[in-house]
Amino acid sequence: MPKYVLTIVYLSLLAGQLALVSSSEQGFYQQSPGLLILLALAAYAVTALLSQLTQLAETHPTYAAVTKVLVPSLFAFMLLLTWQSIVVGFAVSAVLLPAPSAIFYSLGNNLPMFWADFKQTYLKAVLAGYFLGCSAGFIVAQLAVKSRFLRLGLVPLGNFMSAIPIVGIAPIMVMWFGFDWQSKAAVIVVMTFFPMFINTLAGLQSTDAIHNDLMHTYAANKSQIFIKSQLPQALPFIFNALKLNSTLALIGAIVAEFFGTPIVGMGFRISTEVGRMNMDMVWATIVVAAIAGSLSYGALALLERSLLFWHPSFRGTHKR
Amino acid sequence: MKNLNIGASWLPLASMILAIISIWYLAALIMNGNQLINQLERKKQQWSYSQVASEAYQVKRPMLPAPHQVALELKKSVFDTSVSSKRSLVHHSLITLNSTMLGFFLGSVVGIVIAIGIVHNKTLEASLMPWIIASQTIPILAIAPIIVVVLGALNITGVLPKAVISMYLSFFPVTIGMVKGLRASDTLHVELMRTYNASALQTFWKLRWYSAQPYLFASLKVAIAAALVGAIVAELPTGAQGGLGSRLLSGSYYGQTQQIWAALIMAALLGSLLVWIVNLAETALLKRRGGLSNA
Repeated sequence: MPKYVLTIVYLSLLAGQLALVSSSEQGFYQQSPGLLILLALAAYAVTALLSQLTQLAETHPTYAAVTKVLVPSLFAFMLLLTWQSIVVGFAVSAVLLPAPSAIFYSLGNNLPMFWADFKQTYLKAVLAGYFLGCSAGFIVAQLAVKSRFLRLGLVPLGNFMSAIPIVGIAPIMVMWFGFDWQSKAAVIVVMTFFPMFINTLAGLQSTDAIHNDLMHTYAANKSQIFIKSQLPQALPFIFNALKLNSTLALIGAIVAEFFGTPIVGMGFRISTEVGRMNMDMVWATIVVAAIAGSLSYGALALLERSLLFWHPSFRGTHKR
Repeated sequence: MKNLNIGASWLPLASMILAIISIWYLAALIMNGNQLINQLERKKQQWSYSQVASEAYQVKRPMLPAPHQVALELKKSVFDTSVSSKRSLVHHSLITLNSTMLGFFLGSVVGIVIAIGIVHNKTLEASLMPWIIASQTIPILAIAPIIVVVLGALNITGVLPKAVISMYLSFFPVTIGMVKGLRASDTLHVELMRTYNASALQTFWKLRWYSAQPYLFASLKVAIAAALVGAIVAELPTGAQGGLGSRLLSGSYYGQTQQIWAALIMAALLGSLLVWIVNLAETALLKRRGGLSNA
């Protein structure tokens, strides 16, 4: 069984590199550059492991679900390991690039502060702005689908808005609504409105006329037609906008905080800690933002999957 | 019937723009008027509504400058100042355009290369694709200051740090679009290539590259707008010496609202100009292909 032997060799190479990094002191590559060979071997081992895993997933579909998680995790693990090795091994200054361990250390040490930042930026500004912007876009799209006049006026405007950097209105909103979260929410409302409007409109217009006719033969009233036929058909488009907007909202909040905020918030933390050269704090804030962004995106994707299980793009993905 | 529709379609847009401008004037009157009244009351002066109404559009630092004030500022900083001056918006736009274009170019190349790798290598797809999607859920703009500081410490300053941020924002739409496009070739054609015993390289250049082009252009339009946003935001926290982003920041520090609005309008014009140019290139190319666009 040479394949298993190879796998064990690869895994031990990886473990060796891990042991080397965690036990050696700063600057070990500078003292003995030959150790870099082990890093290269470990990197090769990981690529080989990854291709073994993908082959395994192809030949044994039962493992597909496991490898789907394992392959990207292993890839990210190797990236982090290389990052850690190079930063520690060459004694790279923490101002330039802090080691992943240092980032997680400062994240763990300042949890209450990061929680306060998260509350200010995400729970207040992002959620409020996101809900207002998305529902406004949704409602206006309902009006526009009925009125050709509104549609012809708003759609070119929406296309125009997608080409311009809306984040730029942040200083104006800070001036109008003050330093606190309201101004950030206002930026997000403007940023999220048009993607939601355009997508909902496209979704509502994509509805099959035949379905509406069918509903008509059922003597369905207007709200029944909307809830049972039009809305489900528009949902894939709406979820596209919701997912796109979830990342836009976080960006808008953080960038708007560069223009002035009370002394709390993720954008505030980033800009002050960059000024104090505490790069590990900056990176830790980004880890928080990344987790928040990925979790909200993931939650939306799950919701989409549970509501749109009938859609061709999801059919058969949850069961094999 | 169709001709009639074309004649009528500019009317809604025009009335929408007219409505926006009149709302803008009204809002400016209310917001600046309130500001003016507060000022006068603090000085304990008498005031009347007619006086406020006549002065509301001449406030020095208005809450909301009226459209004609923005237009005047735009004219002053675009046409009345020499291009080399630091007060010229053209000067700042060129700085921003510089890093936008470099970032857009780098981002497109990186995006296309990653897409080619993903399409041809299953391992690469399995390990890279989830992270590429995850990378977009991270507020990338948040890392703008880090990139600029890190590259600055390596003695790389000027246009490149900003371009890197533009690149990071613009590579994603290109990668996603190209993966879709490279896989959009007709199955029959792919099988035909196989019967010709074509290598992967030949299949790529003679078939996949062509099926990907319509998708590529659709992504490029998104990417160039994203690159502009990246360049402008990169100019915010870095203390950049110029660019539309630094105009926005200095305008907000000194309460120069007209300056902010002029920079914003300039950014909007620049963005739509860039998208329009990509659009032109698309039409030219697809026309040369005989309108074979399938996307």
